[in-house]
Amino acid sequence: MTRRGRVIAVDGDDAILRGERADVRVTSRAGWTPGDIVDLDDPAVVVRPFPGGDYPAPRSEVARMPRARLAALAARARALAALRAFFADRDFLEVETPLLVPSPGLEIHLDAVTAGDGFLITSPEYQMKRLLAAGFERIYQVCKCFRAGEHGPHHASEFTMVEWYRAFAELDAIVRDTEELVAHVVRAVHGQPIARVGARSIDVTPPWPRTSVREAMQRWAGIAVDGDEPAAALVAKVRAAGIDVADDTAWDDAFFAAFLARVEPAIAALDRPLILEDWPAPLAALASRHPDDPRIALRFEAYVGGLELANAFGELTDPVEQRARFEDDQRIRRARGRAVYPIDEKLLAALGEGLPPSAGIALGFDRLVMLATGAPTIDQVLTFTAPEL
Amino acid sequence: MYDTSDIRKGLKVLMDGNPYTVIEFQFVKPGKGAAFTRTKFKNLLTGAVVERNIRSGEKLEPANVETRDMQFLYKEGSDLVFMDQSNYEQVTISADLIGDAHDLMKDNLPCTVVFFNERPVDVTLPTFVFLEVTASEPGVRGDTSGNVTKPATVETGAEIQVPLFIRVGDTIKIDTRTHEYVERVSK
Repeated sequence: MTRRGRVIAVDGDDAILRGERADVRVTSRAGWTPGDIVDLDDPAVVVRPFPGGDYPAPRSEVARMPRARLAALAARARALAALRAFFADRDFLEVETPLLVPSPGLEIHLDAVTAGDGFLITSPEYQMKRLLAAGFERIYQVCKCFRAGEHGPHHASEFTMVEWYRAFAELDAIVRDTEELVAHVVRAVHGQPIARVGARSIDVTPPWPRTSVREAMQRWAGIAVDGDEPAAALVAKVRAAGIDVADDTAWDDAFFAAFLARVEPAIAALDRPLILEDWPAPLAALASRHPDDPRIALRFEAYVGGLELANAFGELTDPVEQRARFEDDQRIRRARGRAVYPIDEKLLAALGEGLPPSAGIALGFDRLVMLATGAPTIDQVLTFTAPEL
Repeated sequence: MYDTSDIRKGLKVLMDGNPYTVIEFQFVKPGKGAAFTRTKFKNLLTGAVVERNIRSGEKLEPANVETRDMQFLYKEGSDLVFMDQSNYEQVTISADLIGDAHDLMKDNLPCTVVFFNERPVDVTLPTFVFLEVTASEPGVRGDTSGNVTKPATVETGAEIQVPLFIRVGDTIKIDTRTHEYVERVSK
């Protein structure tokens, strides 16, 4: 084992070396100055990357990343390598679709970042679906996505998404992929299929418990959600459960008021992950309806330790319904004063030519790294955060 | 008017005629739901804390409060005496208003005091203070594990976790928001 390190400070007779694994305090040798890369076994070897002593000695935490952060970034690299191996083993093709697009997606609660004449993607979904229509059956992608104005303990405006799709497959196949992928990556990072959330340990060994949104809302919020009731009816049920919402609250806002107040905290307290499935139709987004119950969408979310890790759809393949939903989204965005993005006609054309029955999922890679490392905030697993630039 | 992107700790807003300061906030966004900022506000007059969810796009009214640069002079029981540097006027302020950071205050420390209707309602310390270490056990040479710290007492009496190489007589830089050691500035 070589014992090399970079001198990060000289303190009297001592020098502090930053090695690969730890900071070490050693007796300084003649001539060592901050910035030098030195070898303890052969003190004569001094690599001075910046001759002349101009090396900016890392004196503050701005210049010198905390060691825990470096460890998290190393874990992140292991997680990414494990993730790629996982998909390679299952015959998934890795694809790269453009980040700069003319139509960034119309989801009502997402705002895109403008770039040049277009927008940065909020998800690579549209282009990946076109690849399914073109004939690929198993594809995945790891890419940056951008969502304006999102900054928080679990959100960064620029973040890394993992999306994968299976043609001729149902949502259950994606549930299995998700469970196995998370267990595989977490194990690759620290040896055990145990996710860490603060001081808590969550066993992520498949299979994971599953609950429908209807059951979850009934059990934890005491609200019976039908999925086809008018907004006013849902508002009344939410109020009856003791949650304060205004009269004119939209269906989705009333739902999330109750969901965030009662259901999410209950999910966060679980000591196992949860597949929350069968979302009400008004929250279908790009999911198709359940063949036996049009009030339910083929959609699930995966939660681990309260962290919303992934969202999956049994993909909507009907171009007529897809156009109608896009136009609805545009109407709602306009009414709420949000930017109205163009409809992606090439996606609709691809659906028209035939998207095979498919299922797909978007998983937040940064959040997966948080679970693998126990990092309490997304900032701690990002290489540099926006304020650090 | 402020919107959710302006929300940060210390932002002063007027709600129902009362001045509030933001003490905690968190961005929340369910996957397919609307984003909002879950915000805790402290009433600057009563100290009462309220939590409100501010929707993206919602507006907040700035509170009309006056901010004055003042110097900390001395402690008097649980009160602290400050002086306005422009007119030498002295003001006595309860230590409760300052919170955890009062044990990092050294004489002549420049602070910012917020007044609402001529009443001092909030004190902001400089983000960093420089204090001398008055007591600390020597670190053990050869300890090679990362991020090892030891307690040190500084001249104002506060106890701070510091790296092992810090010795009595060193001056260290401390973050007043977190009580954390930042760096050594001299010996």
